[in-house]
Amino acid sequence: MLKRYKRLGYIFLFLLVQSLFAQNALAELKIVITEGVNTARPIGILPFRWEGSGTPPSSISDIVAADLTRSGQFTPVAENQLPQTPMDINSIDFKAWTAKGIDSLLMGSVNSNASGQYVVNFKLVDLAKGHLIEEEKADAASQNVLLLNNQGIITGPQVRNFAHRVSDLVYEKLTGKKGAFLTRIAYVVVKDSGTYPYQLMVADYDGYNEKQIVRSKEPIMSPNWSPDGKKIAYVSFENKHSQIFIQDVATGKREVIASYPRHNGSPHFSPDGSKLAIVLSKSGSLQVYIYDLQTKNLTKLTSGRANNTEPFWFPDGRHLIFTSDRSGHPQIYKLDLATKQTQRITWQGDQNLGGQISPNGKEMIMVSQIQSHYNIAKQDLTSGVVQVLTKTKLDESPSLAPNGSMIIYSSIYGHNNVLSLVSIDGRFKARLPMANGRVRSPTWSPFLQ
Amino acid sequence: MMKSLQIIKVASVLSLALVLSACTTKVPEDQTDDAMSSAGVTTISGAEDTANTSGLAGNDANLVNGVNNNGYMTEAQKQAQQEQIRQQQRSVFFAFDNTQISDEYIPMLTAHATYLRSHPMVKAVIEGHTDERGTPEYNIALGERRAQVVAQYLQSLGVLSNQLSIISYGEEKPLDRSQTEAAYAKNRRAVITY
Repeated sequence: MLKRYKRLGYIFLFLLVQSLFAQNALAELKIVITEGVNTARPIGILPFRWEGSGTPPSSISDIVAADLTRSGQFTPVAENQLPQTPMDINSIDFKAWTAKGIDSLLMGSVNSNASGQYVVNFKLVDLAKGHLIEEEKADAASQNVLLLNNQGIITGPQVRNFAHRVSDLVYEKLTGKKGAFLTRIAYVVVKDSGTYPYQLMVADYDGYNEKQIVRSKEPIMSPNWSPDGKKIAYVSFENKHSQIFIQDVATGKREVIASYPRHNGSPHFSPDGSKLAIVLSKSGSLQVYIYDLQTKNLTKLTSGRANNTEPFWFPDGRHLIFTSDRSGHPQIYKLDLATKQTQRITWQGDQNLGGQISPNGKEMIMVSQIQSHYNIAKQDLTSGVVQVLTKTKLDESPSLAPNGSMIIYSSIYGHNNVLSLVSIDGRFKARLPMANGRVRSPTWSPFLQ
Repeated sequence: MMKSLQIIKVASVLSLALVLSACTTKVPEDQTDDAMSSAGVTTISGAEDTANTSGLAGNDANLVNGVNNNGYMTEAQKQAQQEQIRQQQRSVFFAFDNTQISDEYIPMLTAHATYLRSHPMVKAVIEGHTDERGTPEYNIALGERRAQVVAQYLQSLGVLSNQLSIISYGEEKPLDRSQTEAAYAKNRRAVITY
């Protein structure tokens, strides 16, 4: 069931409906959209028809609608604004849809089979093309108007992941870019009381299926996914000093890979997964090192009296950015691993830190301090132009979706740390309020296999 | 008659002088310490310290054990006073983005240094903390610097370097999680722990 949507400037509350359907054990990241809906492209999404017997699955169309909305690029049309609810593509009155500016329609059906599985059929219809064909009186049932015509056979527990795959397919067909809806996030939850106030959690990117993977009496920080999406590196103070762990998400097995004197921090996997960039202060100030996961060799990359931290790899694996206060205040520098040449790349604002490189290597998002405000900003690495993306308070720990389209980050809202989303062009913003504690240090997984 | 009286007078003056000089040779040692403690110890308070200490808010520590012997404390009394300071006060608080130790913490740090010097097998860990402005990993650096300046000060007072280690928690362990300037001020600290 699609809910009502209001126009630009109003706040949407998905959370009411989603919370009605959610299980108690799930802590959801409920989404509150704060800006930008009217710039998104209208899309028609019809509830998938239930044609089976027994219990219907969770609504696939609801999940797809929520996914596409969060991308900031689509607005599913409200149910009462749908011109019609056709049962099949032959019943589509294309003109009625295109007259409302809707050029795509997702429709489908779900059946059950003898083994108790769900058989899902769905179609993505190019309404504009259909309208053209209609005008020319051609056969609308031809495959020409179908951008997608797929079937899947799934079990109940697979429904959410399947719906995210549908969203990926729709998104790719309509934007030409890879969707990031079948992804996960990891984040730290800090509670004000309890024996284990620090918890490292993993969830679907939309907050469902939240799972605790570590809990501790001492701080946990800086989680980072491996490129195969199977492991997370993080910093834990559980042994009364900082150590870097790598943990397998599925099995829970973990090992300590760095436990030198003083700080061990800021772990980041290389794009091929074979190395970890880390930060150690055993030499007297924070310095960037590369730890080879196979040979266990440690290579020091930076030196000097200044602090160098927050390394992040370029997708080519041959360059790194990092934060350094060698100029007096933290700024971001780029290091060529072959030549060891370092150059400063941020020149605006008072401080720039926490940099991340986009998957195409062309943009950098970072935390920028301008006149005592800390916001997320984006820098075009070719032109050097900087755009401030957020207006939330005390923004930190940004993490890019693996398709580069969205940024999740931690900020303050109403005296709490919450997770927020902003689209890479800055136009779509949303807040994900967390019920159970302060949420920090989000990190977006790679595309999941 | 007159002569013997005079001798007695001179003798008594002399002996009085001797007694007085004996007293005064002792005093310089005490006097220096007293001068230091009275100079620094007037108000060891501030809201920040009471956040860490239990009770005795705003007390003038000079009077805790009382004074006698014409205003000079005995060694034992001085040591007890220092130990009290050492147990009750463990935190140095800092200004925003700053790592300088303000004078008001010198008596407290002196008390810790005295204890550590006289117990060379005892080790202390100095924690460094920041408020939440900035990024978590970069704030580790600021926390480390705060812990380091306290460690360096203690070493300048004679504490052995192998008695001290530092750890930075950056912004991860605030005392006060509210987002006010007052809360931030409580979080910017270095803490001596045993």
